[in-house]
Amino acid sequence: MTNHWVDIKNADLILVMGGNPAEAHPCGFKWAIEAKKTRKAKLVVVDPRFNRTASVADFYAPLRSGSDIAFLGGVINYLIANDKIHKDYVKAYTNASFLVDPGFKFSDGLFSGYNEEKRSYDKGSWSYQLDKDGYAKIDESWQDPNCVWQLMKAHYARYTPEMVAKVCGTPKESFLKVCEYIAETAAPNKTMTSLYALGWTEHSVGSQNIRCMAMIQLLLGNMGMAGGGINALRGHSNVQGITDFALYAQQLPGYLAAPTDADKDIKSFLEKKTTKALRPGQMNFYQNFPKWYVSLQKAWWGDAATKDNGFAFDYMPKLAGASDVLSIFDQMYQGKINGFLCQGFNPLASVANKKKVSDALAKLKYMVVMDPLATDTSEFWKPYGEFNEVDPAKIPTEVFRLPTSLFAETAGSFTNSGRVILWRWKAAEPPGDAKDDTEIMATLFLKLKEMYAKDGGAFAEPIQKLTWAYRIPNKPSPEELMMEYNGKALADVVDPKDATKVLVKAGDQLPSFAMLRDDGTTTCGNWIYCGVWSQAGNNSARRDNSDPSGLGQTLNWGFAWPVNRRILYNRASADPSGKPWDPKRTVLRWTGKVWGGNDIPDMRPDAAPEENVMPFIMNPEGVARLFARDLMAEGPFPEHYEPFETPLEANPMHPQNPKAKSNPAARVYKGDMEAFGNAKDFPYVATTYRLTEHFHFWTKQSLVNAIMQPEHFVEIGEELAKEKGIAAGDRVKVRSNRGFIKAVAVVTKRIKAFDIDGKKVHTVGIPIHFGFKGATKPGFITNTLTPFVGDANTQTPEYKAFLVNIEKA
Amino acid sequence: MALQSLDIKQRSATTTPAPQARQTMEIAKLIDVSACIGCKACQVACMEWNDVREEVGHNVGVYDNPTDLTENAWTVMRFTEVEENNKLEWLIRKDGCMHCSDPGCLKSCPAPGAIIQYSNGVVDFHQENCIGCGYCVTGCPFNVPRISKKDNKAYKCTLCSDRLAVNQAPACVKACPTGAIEFGSKEDMKDYAGKRIADLKERGYDKAGLYDPPGVGGTHVMYVLHHADRPGLYAGLPENPSISPLVSLWKGATKPLATFALGLAALGSLFHYVIKGPNEVAREIEEEIEKEDAS
Repeated sequence: MTNHWVDIKNADLILVMGGNPAEAHPCGFKWAIEAKKTRKAKLVVVDPRFNRTASVADFYAPLRSGSDIAFLGGVINYLIANDKIHKDYVKAYTNASFLVDPGFKFSDGLFSGYNEEKRSYDKGSWSYQLDKDGYAKIDESWQDPNCVWQLMKAHYARYTPEMVAKVCGTPKESFLKVCEYIAETAAPNKTMTSLYALGWTEHSVGSQNIRCMAMIQLLLGNMGMAGGGINALRGHSNVQGITDFALYAQQLPGYLAAPTDADKDIKSFLEKKTTKALRPGQMNFYQNFPKWYVSLQKAWWGDAATKDNGFAFDYMPKLAGASDVLSIFDQMYQGKINGFLCQGFNPLASVANKKKVSDALAKLKYMVVMDPLATDTSEFWKPYGEFNEVDPAKIPTEVFRLPTSLFAETAGSFTNSGRVILWRWKAAEPPGDAKDDTEIMATLFLKLKEMYAKDGGAFAEPIQKLTWAYRIPNKPSPEELMMEYNGKALADVVDPKDATKVLVKAGDQLPSFAMLRDDGTTTCGNWIYCGVWSQAGNNSARRDNSDPSGLGQTLNWGFAWPVNRRILYNRASADPSGKPWDPKRTVLRWTGKVWGGNDIPDMRPDAAPEENVMPFIMNPEGVARLFARDLMAEGPFPEHYEPFETPLEANPMHPQNPKAKSNPAARVYKGDMEAFGNAKDFPYVATTYRLTEHFHFWTKQSLVNAIMQPEHFVEIGEELAKEKGIAAGDRVKVRSNRGFIKAVAVVTKRIKAFDIDGKKVHTVGIPIHFGFKGATKPGFITNTLTPFVGDANTQTPEYKAFLVNIEKA
Repeated sequence: MALQSLDIKQRSATTTPAPQARQTMEIAKLIDVSACIGCKACQVACMEWNDVREEVGHNVGVYDNPTDLTENAWTVMRFTEVEENNKLEWLIRKDGCMHCSDPGCLKSCPAPGAIIQYSNGVVDFHQENCIGCGYCVTGCPFNVPRISKKDNKAYKCTLCSDRLAVNQAPACVKACPTGAIEFGSKEDMKDYAGKRIADLKERGYDKAGLYDPPGVGGTHVMYVLHHADRPGLYAGLPENPSISPLVSLWKGATKPLATFALGLAALGSLFHYVIKGPNEVAREIEEEIEKEDAS
């Protein structure tokens, strides 16, 4: 979230698209209800299904799963065509006026630089025109045909309401009604909050779904504002935490880019990652990359990381290639992986294409499952009738199950969707032999270290010299770990302007990442968490919910990264002169000397408005990007592409270009393309999702949850049910090109057939929570059906849009 | 029980007058259907607090589960899809005991002290006095009480009378994430409902209103409905609930007569037994019945 949960109550419009918070985030959703009750906010839902969130919405509009960009592109076109733009905001705080390389082109669904063979782009032309000082050229009149505004306007002019209706199946009146709601928040004192979740990320164009909404929020001037923002509702109580700590292997903790095989030494690596300002006077915060990175190396290798050895740069593992979940299971499937440590993860149930995952696991020599529960994955080798048809005699994989404590049986912290880090205390002892994950990992590490010491081995130093200063070496405490990732000063940290002024004494915990140094005098395990455990103690354990602003900012409740800031880009909540756009919801204002207000400024505290330091400090431009330069795999502007399994013959936006049918830059592995089904055999759009009654694949093991929702079901509309002779409560078989499941049919008015360009398209909704292990009725695993292809940027699988057929079982 | 016994307003099949020494505040639970997302947290909280567990059932083609109130499920969400004038609504109502001011269950109960009404409005079943006759089921205009197959006694929502006694809101109220269930004095709840209704009217629900049916003297569980003119839309919430006239008849003028008739019947049976021996069903009749059952 750029904002936070409580801040939803400050919105005038809550747009839920790509998520279903009433269903999946009922506790956080209270703030949407609060906004309705206390601010008379409107709640609008756009979704393939009339879901639990829609049941309390003011307006609902349907759209075909996988067509979000067409809808959002239509919104951009509407806002531009009807002049519903917060112009002053867009002018000052976005790159609308920036001039783009004249070589940049978009034609017939593809951007300039496409390489069909590699399924990727040469992004050379996706850049700004630079002047002699290396700054981007701008045209403040927005008239230059190569300025971002003109390019964007032309790009989205194709997304007419008629086109939206044709691609999305959303009735034109419904689409326009949603546009009207959204357009109202272009007023400087009106905000819309965008709530989304996996309904946007789990598409082959997932990242661009979100980017497209980010552009809308910029055009409306809703970023940085109370009640605004782009708000990802994270799925697990601590998935924000794990994301912050390198969920993706291509990143190190704190989203630092990880070095690859191509990075031979620290000097060139740091140079490559340290950005140069693209406009004069901007903060260009990534210029600090060396401080964060060197402090991480110092945290991990301590005294062994010296200036002379490049702070042990060689010890840091270097990426040889992709290492996302799909690539790992593909390599496992090809027999390239021997052992698998499966920690708090149930991939048999949660990764796409169960058959491929199961076959992959069967190629391992061993698998170690660390989990509080006996997961489906830990018994992938065991026959459970038709729910899991396997022959154990043919599976050589040796499986070890190491029971771990559950979250309530161990202390530590959760980081919620709003980036608020909250300490939690142990509530109960774990049962039996269950141990904390940290103890298991530490014991394993110490054993490895001992074996290296005894037997030797290639390149033992990274393990031998790893910092391991825990009081009980095989039981690092959560407190020690948190202090470690906060970081401390190894020598006195002095003011760069005045070396006699000591800012942090040697040995002290650091108060903020502003104190990090690139000379090896500071350590920090995760720069964005710096400050969470300062000399003041454990700030995540603070529980003072006083809220003088009335906006729910509660700055003494836990600790939000970065530096306890609650709303990101909050400088943009004030106009260029420093006055809040909406004085009733002041987040930040210029006091004449410093930035004050109700949040930690996302700005140099003493940067006077006249200095023109722009609010998007992480960008070297200082402003937000309507044109994303070379950062996205499939283009600087989001473009609609069909899901890899689509009911349509072609992309209606580019009917003549088969290359632009689905995301041209998405990676597809050998064999997976062949495993895609076609609309002839599988005519219905399937989408998978979660239910309130369950949490992923855990709570099927819990009796009370099982009572609430006991059995696997699929949802279909009345029209399709009638066509197929299916009645509510019937058992049905749902097939994709990768397998089948059987479940009970829920026949509903809440799923309607779409009219897509004259073709009737039905949706089949499939909850994910069931499986062969648990207290619920034994069932199939939904991901038997899903395709093994992901978003081109994150590789998150396309669980939300694929093709199936359905019949009475 | 000690303190609460002071607060008893009515007791089933009892003629001794209720205690008068003190008066408690009339309370109510307000269910704002327009803020309810059907998450079933209230169902879970109810089962957890009262330590009852329904069996793991089946999906019968709807979201509802457990599919009905049972002796172990004292509250259930009822999901109804209503489509009118091209507008779809998914109406979700938390069903359970309404705690009527004029409780049909208590009125019809022949077992002394099996059903108690407290002066705060809570209607509570005291299973130790329940004889399992099922009259409360007939007497309830909302079809709420359920007889347990295990002990043949009637069960339903207690409005967490045990929690109220120690100044705690009912478990469902505490668990509700969206504030769709509020609890307080009946007066306050009506005030709050008024605000919610005004908001709903502004949002185009002209017929929004409070459900506090006068036919049962008002209730201590009330609903804010978007369509108060048609409560039946919400999974058959009765439009004008009232106690069955049979109950009034049974409890009113005819009660002494009925008691007399019952006594007479019992005596008659005794005489019959003494004179003729136990009833024996003729073999032919038995076979006839079995045949009918099989068909």
